[in-house]
Amino acid sequence: MTLNEIFLAPFVEFEFMRRALVGTTALALSACPVGVFLMLRRMSLSGDAIAHSILPGAAIGFLVSGLQLLPMTFGGLVAGLAVAVLSGIVARSTIQREDASLAAFYLVSLALGVLLVSLRGSSVDLLHVLFGSVLALNDQALVLIAAIATVSLVALASVWRALVAECLDPVFLRSVSRVGPFVHLLFLVLVVLNLVGGFQALGTLLSVGLMILPAAAARFWTRRLEAMCALAIAFGLAASVAGLLVSYHLSLASGPSIILAAGLVYLVSLLFGTRGLLAGRRSVRHRIA
Amino acid sequence: MAPLLTFEDLTLGYDGHPAVHHLEGAVEAGSLTAVVGPNGSGKSTLMKAVAGMLAPIGGRVVRSGLAPHDIAYLPQQSDIERGFPASVLDLVALGLWRRRGLGGRIGGGDRAAIDGALAAVGMADFAARGIDTLSGGQLQRALFARVLVQDAGLILLDEPFNAIDTRTIADLIAIVHRWQREGRTVLAVLHDLDLVRQHFPQALLLAREAVAWGAAAEVLTAGNLATARERIAHWEDHAPWCGAGRHAA
Repeated sequence: MTLNEIFLAPFVEFEFMRRALVGTTALALSACPVGVFLMLRRMSLSGDAIAHSILPGAAIGFLVSGLQLLPMTFGGLVAGLAVAVLSGIVARSTIQREDASLAAFYLVSLALGVLLVSLRGSSVDLLHVLFGSVLALNDQALVLIAAIATVSLVALASVWRALVAECLDPVFLRSVSRVGPFVHLLFLVLVVLNLVGGFQALGTLLSVGLMILPAAAARFWTRRLEAMCALAIAFGLAASVAGLLVSYHLSLASGPSIILAAGLVYLVSLLFGTRGLLAGRRSVRHRIA
Repeated sequence: MAPLLTFEDLTLGYDGHPAVHHLEGAVEAGSLTAVVGPNGSGKSTLMKAVAGMLAPIGGRVVRSGLAPHDIAYLPQQSDIERGFPASVLDLVALGLWRRRGLGGRIGGGDRAAIDGALAAVGMADFAARGIDTLSGGQLQRALFARVLVQDAGLILLDEPFNAIDTRTIADLIAIVHRWQREGRTVLAVLHDLDLVRQHFPQALLLAREAVAWGAAAEVLTAGNLATARERIAHWEDHAPWCGAGRHAA
């Protein structure tokens, strides 16, 4: 097998591979930096809960109109935003700790979503909703993902300074400006949008993987925020390409392959990153001050 | 001198329980005042209200001739996310927020102001350092640099010297005195009474109500301090509703 056959031919020969590549590239460009902020705000678990909550929303869209992109996307969007806002309210205004509320939300969401899909659909439909179908992205889905990526990147660039301030020192931001709560809300909207976009390709259960894993891996290599976002995007792109190729050559499920590739990047970073587990032991030299 | 801040029958609190109760008094422009009192006496709550971050449940804070952006508030250190990948420069640059906002360009003049502030707190070499590598004292120096960059007429410091070594406290106190020489008004929540006696002309002893307010030496008497401790020692979940104050029905 030549390098050409391994790396290029699958994309040159098959349109569905090119579509998958375009879709995951757009996703990685926006979901990975959003994931960096999600991780830095210690909200990785919230991302997981929101991703699960998209399922019953999408399932209602599915019940109403079958496997149609727009109704399912819209349902997922509404349910995701509702849980994102609700979990914040529950954490702030009850004695329940946020992690327990989030666990409650996503367990209920998952059960409800599976129940709703199985009311009308087959187990194939269920697998499609849970794990996506990156190899079957149609024009509509690609336009949706590209639109979400564009909106996300423009929004991130516009509120970057406020988002950084809100993460770094929220009390200080509150003392000089009223934008804090709006920025937080906008950020939640971005999280939901990117999860809904990812749901087409990777399904409700795995779309959060492309958001969190590259971000978590990037953190082991740098302590600069901008570099962390760039690195997360690079990791996300690499995992997408690698996952697609592995799934093509070995006939494996493509969505899980992409997430496993991202998982591998995470594992390698965890062990060998400049700020990873083994970093402290490698160097015995130190400076005098 | 004219009062910069006037508290008119000010009541602050959470869930109907007052943390500051019917406070009356004024802070002179250009004064240097320590706010002291036992834990839970309402000191931090008062700071938040002066900074405009907490709406009173009764009475009001009058800020005479003070634009809202002319207040610099240094919260307690524990509110900062130390794990966030930001440099000392990023942290200090937040002080430009009022002037540069969300999209304003941070130019050479701003950079010079930041460098000057870092030099003033003895952190000139630390601009590029990550905040996760700073000691508690270094972080507090950086936060004082941020207040310097804010360039505000009223400066609020909430427990600025907690868990800080004496050398750092001495350096930062010098900055506080510099602010006073520049005509700025400073209110600082403090626990170290010796420090207050040495460096702060004015003191407010708070125990939900003002136990005493005036020249520090007259406020910090053994009798006043005992009164303050006694008032804070009691907490009743079902205390009767208060009917006192100017605006009582």
